[in-house]
Amino acid sequence: MAEVTYLEAIRQGMQEEMRRDENVFILGEDIGAYGGAFKVTEGFLAEFGERRVIDTPIAEAAIVGAAAGAAHMGLRPVAEMQFIDFISCAYDMLTNYVATARYRAGLPTPMVVRGPSGGYVRGGPFHSQNPEAAFLHTPGLKIVCPATARDAKGLIKSAIRDDDPVLYFEHKYLYRRIKEHLPEGEEILTPIGKARVAREGKDLTIVTWSAMVYKALEAAERLEKEDGLQVEVLDLRTLLPMDDEAIMTSVRKTNRVLIAHEDTRTGGVAGEITARINDQAFEWLDAPVRRVTAHDVPLPYAPTLEDFVLPQTDDLVVAARWLAAY
Amino acid sequence: MTTTAASAATPAAPPHGLSRAQLHELYYYMRLTRSLEERLVNLYRQTKVIGGLFRSLGQEADSVGSAYALDRTRGDFLSPLIRNLGSMLVQGAQPLEILRQYMAKAESPTRGRELNIHYGDLDRGFIGQISHLGDMVPVMAGVALSFKMRKQPRVGLVYVGDGAMSTGAFHEGINFAAVQRLPMVIVCENNGYSFSTPMRKQTAVAQLVDKAAAYGIPGVRADGNDVLAVYGATKPAVELARNGGGCTLIELVTYRRKGHAEHDNQSYVPAGEIEAWEAKDPIDRCIRDFTAAGWATAGELADIDARIASLLDEAVGACENEPMPEAMSALDGVLADPARTELEWYRRIDG
Ligand SMILES: Cc1ncc(C[n+]2csc(CCOP(=O)(O)OP(=O)(O)O)c2C)c(N)n1
Repeated sequence: MAEVTYLEAIRQGMQEEMRRDENVFILGEDIGAYGGAFKVTEGFLAEFGERRVIDTPIAEAAIVGAAAGAAHMGLRPVAEMQFIDFISCAYDMLTNYVATARYRAGLPTPMVVRGPSGGYVRGGPFHSQNPEAAFLHTPGLKIVCPATARDAKGLIKSAIRDDDPVLYFEHKYLYRRIKEHLPEGEEILTPIGKARVAREGKDLTIVTWSAMVYKALEAAERLEKEDGLQVEVLDLRTLLPMDDEAIMTSVRKTNRVLIAHEDTRTGGVAGEITARINDQAFEWLDAPVRRVTAHDVPLPYAPTLEDFVLPQTDDLVVAARWLAAY
Repeated sequence: MTTTAASAATPAAPPHGLSRAQLHELYYYMRLTRSLEERLVNLYRQTKVIGGLFRSLGQEADSVGSAYALDRTRGDFLSPLIRNLGSMLVQGAQPLEILRQYMAKAESPTRGRELNIHYGDLDRGFIGQISHLGDMVPVMAGVALSFKMRKQPRVGLVYVGDGAMSTGAFHEGINFAAVQRLPMVIVCENNGYSFSTPMRKQTAVAQLVDKAAAYGIPGVRADGNDVLAVYGATKPAVELARNGGGCTLIELVTYRRKGHAEHDNQSYVPAGEIEAWEAKDPIDRCIRDFTAAGWATAGELADIDARIASLLDEAVGACENEPMPEAMSALDGVLADPARTELEWYRRIDG
């Protein structure tokens, strides 16, 4: 069994799907000869050729729009945003055209838009974003955010097979830092819309996703050692459609919820989760739902500033203690 | 320009109405650009540059010659791209500011918020870019629109790469400027590549300047490695814009001799290509042309080099031990009112 990084897991997932289905193809900036800015698609040009590995001009709206058109015709495009920050250039295409296609016109649009998201890498305001909240509000899209190598592989494969448009936000901080044994030959298909309990606990739940899962696990470990608290960590994996059942199951078990995300607070995904808990499990709560998020500022470049603005493990510990003591 | 045995005693007048002192200034800014980047490479290798490092090696003439065509005394504006360090320096950016930006220092123009040369100064007439390519074209159209609305004889110049010209924002911005006949110059640096993508995969036109016709504006093409040719192409476009003649697209043909950023090993570049362009180095060429024509002596140019070296010694020395910004300063200035963003609740309770 080989150890596979998060990045290699994405690559393997795409490779397997391209080998399985002739209709799957990839398009994006510098993905061919160069293998992508982070080398996710290294080797694809050699294996699949220029017909299915398309280096595009710098034109995110055209990349996404062309993916949509090809998807209508039965192809299964996987479009790469060189950094997910540039998905904003395709916001019109995604929210107005792609997301409404099935509802408005009965058009199947099985496509994936993927790319590196996330901070903690000194990337500054335009190479660190987490754009999930910008799309959560738009019916017609699915959003996945894998935290583990297994899910990175399983979710890209499921996203490619899904009959609706899927935004696949990978976290660049995890690319080469996370490794896992993934049995060769095992077909890993992580279901879209299903959360995962990353750690069992009974005293408090941290609901989170992507790179923040690791900070939550670290915090859980410290809280167990230092406070004797049993913290459950729920890795949502998919944000749309959201796994309400998994969230409510955990709420009913621990009665205290902390939601943690890397993106800024106002209008963030945590607000939506809080509302769902209010609607569906209010009477199970022993404390208000609280959230730990980035401060409401553009993400700055200097390490002193970035570390301050983004949520850290210490913040989760402090917040969890507050909740446990409530 | 030719270098026909002009005797040192009676050199021919420099072209485009430039004085000898101005030629020396052109050389100064090109050399300053290159030397500053070399210092940054050293700092990068010592991991003192926090993020990526972007070079303009071999493109100094296109940045410097084009920016030099603006009239700073009349309040002309520019907006650079990542490879226009030279343009920024011409427009008044200080090496110490650039070093502080790259090293994320508290005293940097953006107080550690933005990286590399992403900063501006309205007083000196430059507006900092964001990463999203093409976005500065419509922004500069707005700057030029303000000049037109107020009937000010000022010009805005904006840079785009061969890659950035593929973006929707570029198209919308240049079209807007063309329709409004705005006092604007769009300088396209054709350096052969956008990241790893060669120009033929970026556009189906043979020359980028061909796109000017599609917008109904004049297009000019020049050798981007010849600082005088660059100046000679840009100056008339600037004056045309100033005199109500609208927007011009200028293509400067040059070459990106380093990778997209310091980490890029350029494996996609055909053998021999970089060497061929090394032979066309814009600074070597400037030295050759200027000395052959008698516009500068080797001694004068060496003095400039020495002046730059000591300037940079001082700037690097001053910057290296400066502190990074104080963490809480991250909360200031998202809006004018309120001027400070709220500290998150989890930082207000003690652990
Ligand atoms: C809208 C957008 N998409 C993608 C990128 C990522 N990116 C940064 S620089 C670059 C290549 C730029 O090429 P070009 O415009 O030719 O300028 P050069 O780097 O050659 O100076 C790319 C694709 C970006 N900055 N903005």
